Parts: sequence; C-alpha cells; structure tokens
Amino acid sequence: MKFGVIRFPGTCDEVDAVLACERVPGASAQLLWHRDADLAGVDAVVVPGGFSYGDYLRVGAIARFSPVMESVIRFARDGGLVLGICNGFQVLCEAGLLPGALLPNIERRFICRQVNVEVVRSRFPFTADTAAGERLSIPVKHTTGRYYAPPEDLETIESGGQVLLRYADDANPNGSSNDIAGVSNAAGNVFGLMPHPEHAVDPLSGSVDGLKIFTSMAHAHG
Amino acid sequence: MTVHARVLVRPKAGILDPQGVAVERALPALGFEGVSNVHVGRLIELEIEDPSQLESMCEMLLANPLIEDYEIVPVQRPDADG
Repeated sequence: MKFGVIRFPGTCDEVDAVLACERVPGASAQLLWHRDADLAGVDAVVVPGGFSYGDYLRVGAIARFSPVMESVIRFARDGGLVLGICNGFQVLCEAGLLPGALLPNIERRFICRQVNVEVVRSRFPFTADTAAGERLSIPVKHTTGRYYAPPEDLETIESGGQVLLRYADDANPNGSSNDIAGVSNAAGNVFGLMPHPEHAVDPLSGSVDGLKIFTSMAHAHG
Repeated sequence: MTVHARVLVRPKAGILDPQGVAVERALPALGFEGVSNVHVGRLIELEIEDPSQLESMCEMLLANPLIEDYEIVPVQRPDADG
C-alpha cells in the first residue's frame, strides 16, 4: 500500500500525514508536489491540512486548479481512494469531489483543541476499522470549518449515508450543519474531515484514534 | 484593449455571516444605532480584454456559487471617460 501526500505551497501538515501513513503496517508514503501531475503510481491520495496557496480568495479555491489536483480528480473519478484533512477537505469541496463547502467558524475564532467525534457509519473504506457509535478523540485546528450544504443537498448526504463522523457530546465546535465532522462522496471513495487524524497517531500526543482512518484505508486496499 | 470591471462577492442570503454579525454588533458601541442586515463580502477589481468571460470566471473561481452570490458591476471603458 503506497500513500501519496500532496504538498502545495502553504501546506503545513504533510509531514505528520506521511508519518501517520507510515505507521500503518506494510504501508509506505511519499510526497507529491503540487506542480507535478504524475501521481507516481500511489494507491491512495491524502490531501493534508495547511493553507494551500495562502488560501487567498477563498479556502482551497486556488489549489483546486493545480496540476496535481487535475490528476487527483481523475484518480477519484476512476474510484481511487482520496482522503482530505482540514484544508484538504476544503480543497476537495472546491474541486467538486465532495458535496458542500466550509464556512468561517460560527464564533469567528481560530479553534485548536481535542474533540470527540462519533462514528456514524462503519463504512468501507475510511471507517471500516471503527464501530458505529464509537468515539474518536482527534484534534481540530481551524478558522474555516463550518460545514455547510444547501438543505436539499444535506438531505441527500444524510439519506445516502455519506456522513461518517459527527461532533459528539453536543460539542459542535464550529457550527457545522447537523454536527457533521466528516463526509464522503456518494460513491464512498472520497472522504473529507475537519479533525486531524494524522495528529492523533502517537500516545505522546494523547490519542492514537486517528490511526484507524489510515489503517481502514489500507485494509480497503487489501 | 482592456476594460475595467468589478465583481462583488457576498455571502448568500440565509447563510450566517459571522463577519457581518461582528460588524453589526460593533457599530452600536460607537454610537451608530439602527443598523441591521450587515454583510461583509469581497470586491474584486480587474482589467480584462474580453468581459464576456467574466461570468464563467465568477462561476469557476472568483465566487463559490454554493455559498456566495456575485454581481458583475457594469464595466467602464477608460477611453470613454473623456
């Protein structure tokens, strides 16, 4: 299993993402440069957190048009596994690979704290190593994390079982619609979430729950 | 020849706009009463050779039509100013 982790100018979580992927037994990871359209034969793509292209204009808006993203869009349409974390989630929404968009937090502040998210569905391939109802302790750190989808889209997402993670304990940190913390596309091969599973893979940082997202992807790959 | 154009981008009606709320709440502190419905958006100014491209530019990049409305302000030809 070979993970590819994208690095845009302004990305800051790519090294943690690579380290998280490398903790998965039998997996390796390599960085993919934003200007390079070649995905180097990776089996799954991680679009990590940060501030791609300075997040100028609108979060994720400019990254969406980079050469590497054109390839990621094709890769996803062919069924490839794509995980977007935080800014990566924003980029995937802008690219049209995921429904909805991320808006500024309801309290207008940068939030950085550990949150509990509840697994809504144990679904192949991103949450297969978790159980429905399980709580995962994972940090969030963002200013623009309020998930929004127009009411009719929200209904489609909910009825289609695309919501995989919700903020638990009535502690929705950013005002996201329906407490949504992570959502997949209809086909299920693209997943985006605001919490950072790559920052929760070592006991030293308080939780290893995030690793389950990465091991799920590896098991899906077989 | 290029023309000047302005694009106004604002949060879609019905979507909570925390920036607008913050400004609205700050105004009374300065003695400005009776202000409501404050929304904060973006102004994009550009010079463009073919203004017919503006619409698709807005749809693809300048705005996200899912969460934002945009308005192309009638372009002004610099040489017509006299």
